Amino acid sequence: MQVVVLPDHGWREAWRDAARRLAAAGIPPEQVTWTTAPGLFAAAPLPPERPLSAPRAFVDLADAVLCHRDPERFALLYQLLCRLRQDRRVLDNPADPLVARLHGLAKAVRRDSHKMRAFVRFRELPAAGARRRFAAWFEPDHLIVARNAPFFARRFADMDWTILTPDERADFIGGELSLGAGVPRPDLPDDASEALWATYFTNIFNPARVKLGAMRSEMPVKYWRNLPETRQIPAMLADSERRVAQMRSAAATVAPGRAAQISERYRAAMPKPPEKIDTLDAAAAAARTCTRCDLYCHATQTVWGEGAPDARLMIVGEQPGDQEDLQGRPFVGPAGDVLAEAMGKAGLDRDAVWLTNAVKHFKFKPQMTARGGKRRLHQNPDRQEIDICKWWLDLEQRFIQPKLTLGLGGTAAYALTGRKEGITRRRGKVEDTAAGPVLLSWHPSYILRVPDRAAADRARAQLVEDLTLAAELVA
Amino acid sequence: MGTLSLDRKLAILSDAAKYDASCASSGTERRDARTGGLGSTEGSGICHAYTPDGRCISLLKILMTNFCIFDCAYCVNRVSSNVERARFTVDEVVTLTLEFYRRNYIEGLFLSSGIIRSPDATMADMVRIARTLRTDHGFKGYIHLKTIPDASPELLDEAGLYADRLSINIELPQDASIRELAPEKRPETIRAAMGRVHLTREASRDRSHRGKRPATFAPAGQSTQMIVGADQANDTAILSTAARLYTGYGLKRVYYSAFSPIPDASRALPLVRPPLMREHRLYQADWLMRFYGFDVDEIAGAAPSGNLDLEVDPKLAWALAHRDDFPLDVNRAPRELLLRVPGFGTKTVNRIMTARRHGVLRYDDLLRMGAGMKKARAFVSLPGWSPRALTDSADLRARFAPPAEQLQLI
Repeated sequence: MQVVVLPDHGWREAWRDAARRLAAAGIPPEQVTWTTAPGLFAAAPLPPERPLSAPRAFVDLADAVLCHRDPERFALLYQLLCRLRQDRRVLDNPADPLVARLHGLAKAVRRDSHKMRAFVRFRELPAAGARRRFAAWFEPDHLIVARNAPFFARRFADMDWTILTPDERADFIGGELSLGAGVPRPDLPDDASEALWATYFTNIFNPARVKLGAMRSEMPVKYWRNLPETRQIPAMLADSERRVAQMRSAAATVAPGRAAQISERYRAAMPKPPEKIDTLDAAAAAARTCTRCDLYCHATQTVWGEGAPDARLMIVGEQPGDQEDLQGRPFVGPAGDVLAEAMGKAGLDRDAVWLTNAVKHFKFKPQMTARGGKRRLHQNPDRQEIDICKWWLDLEQRFIQPKLTLGLGGTAAYALTGRKEGITRRRGKVEDTAAGPVLLSWHPSYILRVPDRAAADRARAQLVEDLTLAAELVA
Repeated sequence: MGTLSLDRKLAILSDAAKYDASCASSGTERRDARTGGLGSTEGSGICHAYTPDGRCISLLKILMTNFCIFDCAYCVNRVSSNVERARFTVDEVVTLTLEFYRRNYIEGLFLSSGIIRSPDATMADMVRIARTLRTDHGFKGYIHLKTIPDASPELLDEAGLYADRLSINIELPQDASIRELAPEKRPETIRAAMGRVHLTREASRDRSHRGKRPATFAPAGQSTQMIVGADQANDTAILSTAARLYTGYGLKRVYYSAFSPIPDASRALPLVRPPLMREHRLYQADWLMRFYGFDVDEIAGAAPSGNLDLEVDPKLAWALAHRDDFPLDVNRAPRELLLRVPGFGTKTVNRIMTARRHGVLRYDDLLRMGAGMKKARAFVSLPGWSPRALTDSADLRARFAPPAEQLQLI
């Protein structure tokens, strides 16, 4: 039987050293006794140092578990180390009883560490030099000061501080971190900021929604004696019923005299839709608060047309997409890129035409996945939505008076001509409508969507063809 | 106002801030003070204290001022309320933040404000506080700024340079209720501001590397809050709005806040007990959408009244309505289906997927891995365990629903 006696301090390093030597020498776990009680057993000399590797996950697990107070932790870890020598995958199996038990110990240590980062409360001490000085007393469940001290050093780097606990202490003086032995509870001087903190704690509390269980499970009572704010809790609870009753019974009061005047003035200055729509700008302003169909409260904003108000060519797409909806401009997403390229080939300048959509609000279905994907899936507007939105399209045509309107895709075709079907047979030809001649072509998003590469290229070429024809017709 | 002590101002302006539910300080970039300054952010947030309402205190959550020219019926600070008013100076906010931070009371600042003079003037003062903390004091802790939707885009852009998180409250799930209860707010400008934050944030990602880089503009993203129970919107409407906000603007969180009685309340609103259970169910449904692959229609399908079942959680409600899909073979079912088993969380499912590679799982293995078998056992089968008639038993729902409340004699 091999007995290993670990020291009171530095036991983490001592365990690692001993475990490495024993495992490398092939000593099985049942032949090793681990203890921190010197004198109870006679320590035997360890086998010689030999290199031994373990998975990173084991090293992390051991770092956490070694901080636990459970006296069995040394033996359990050594058991796992020996099993890893036979099967390196054992650590990946959360159903393995030994692995599950060690993960349980590590979890307790991590939780205690997290609570230490949360619940240490510094008090200011009189400064000796240029740096301010602070000290805290804390009572953790486990031996976590060394594990946590670097966190405090990274965070409170511009001040000197000391964290004292019954078993260990950490000091950060002049930028140097040192660790030492624990001390009995010290007497730290009062700190004036604690009164302000108590004021904050008392007033941020909502007496109408008391949930004591939730508070106690996250801030266990065992920590309370070192948390100054918890002294306020009895009075806060005693008072909460009364405060809620008072809020309920109080009759509505008369508003302060100036209130009505302030509201009136602000509301008068708020942008309002124009009373008369007699220009293109007025139509744009009115469209911004359009509620003619239900799409408005789902989309971000109305996407009005843009370009030259006296354009001879008006290009009408289907509806704004994700990017158009966010930016508030038509044809700025992927389909817009396809159109821009085709327009370039046809010698058409974006600024010289009027670009708009048959429907002015984005229609979509939200899609979220378990892996964190968040997307808005485009949905075709229905006939009713197109019909309702035609009111705006008519206004654009009336104010711009284009020589030709180019409709892209089925939705625009339906909005401009009253017939939805058959872009395949209708494209490239001018149709007469009450609002003037209309030419139809593919929607650029069709070109992006069509799976067959050759078909996409063909449609792309035809779009350029139709744009070129449009340019000639308005020249 | 000049005669108020700092302590009194803090009391008034924290009392006025408590109706904002968010106190998160997680998910931002990693920073620390080793190269100067004070403070750090290291991924996960820290809750430094809990008040008896069960909410955590992670940030110093205060209003810059509770003077306000808006008249939102649900808000204690509306212009027509008689609540006591106060206003912090820039220095007071900066000093409180730093002194609280040094004593390890907080992770940082969550600054919000009533609207004074104009949206731009208010937003400019808030940005000045954040800039002072960051540039004059080298503050590396967390800053959350509540932005004012009608403020100019330039101020919004500057706010995102200093703040970890920006938020704009949608306040109510339906446009009509916003117009009715908050006549100075405009739903279309609220959404446009969220859209702008989203676009600016995406544009701030460094594209010189392959893959998605962290954003430098508002690195912890944006969030929003909806008040539940102040208007007539049902849970399906609330969750649909949430889904649109998540997908449209890449929101990190939507917070649901049960409308609770406020001092000096407006006549326009009900002073009932805040619907805390309803709020809890909405959060559970929100989780199902974000981490479990449920969409709004599925959750709503198991809640035909339009409101979530208050007695059982929404995942259990869905499973009870889809018993034909169960029991599920834990050793064979794909991840997406395991996520739908009541009692299995994402961690449990991940452990099951890993452990399955090592051998056949049995009932005890699931218990050891932390699965909630009290709920799950009716919906799964494993070697040595079959729910048999349990899945289809008529009283299955009653086994989970809380017992009817005993009536008291008076």
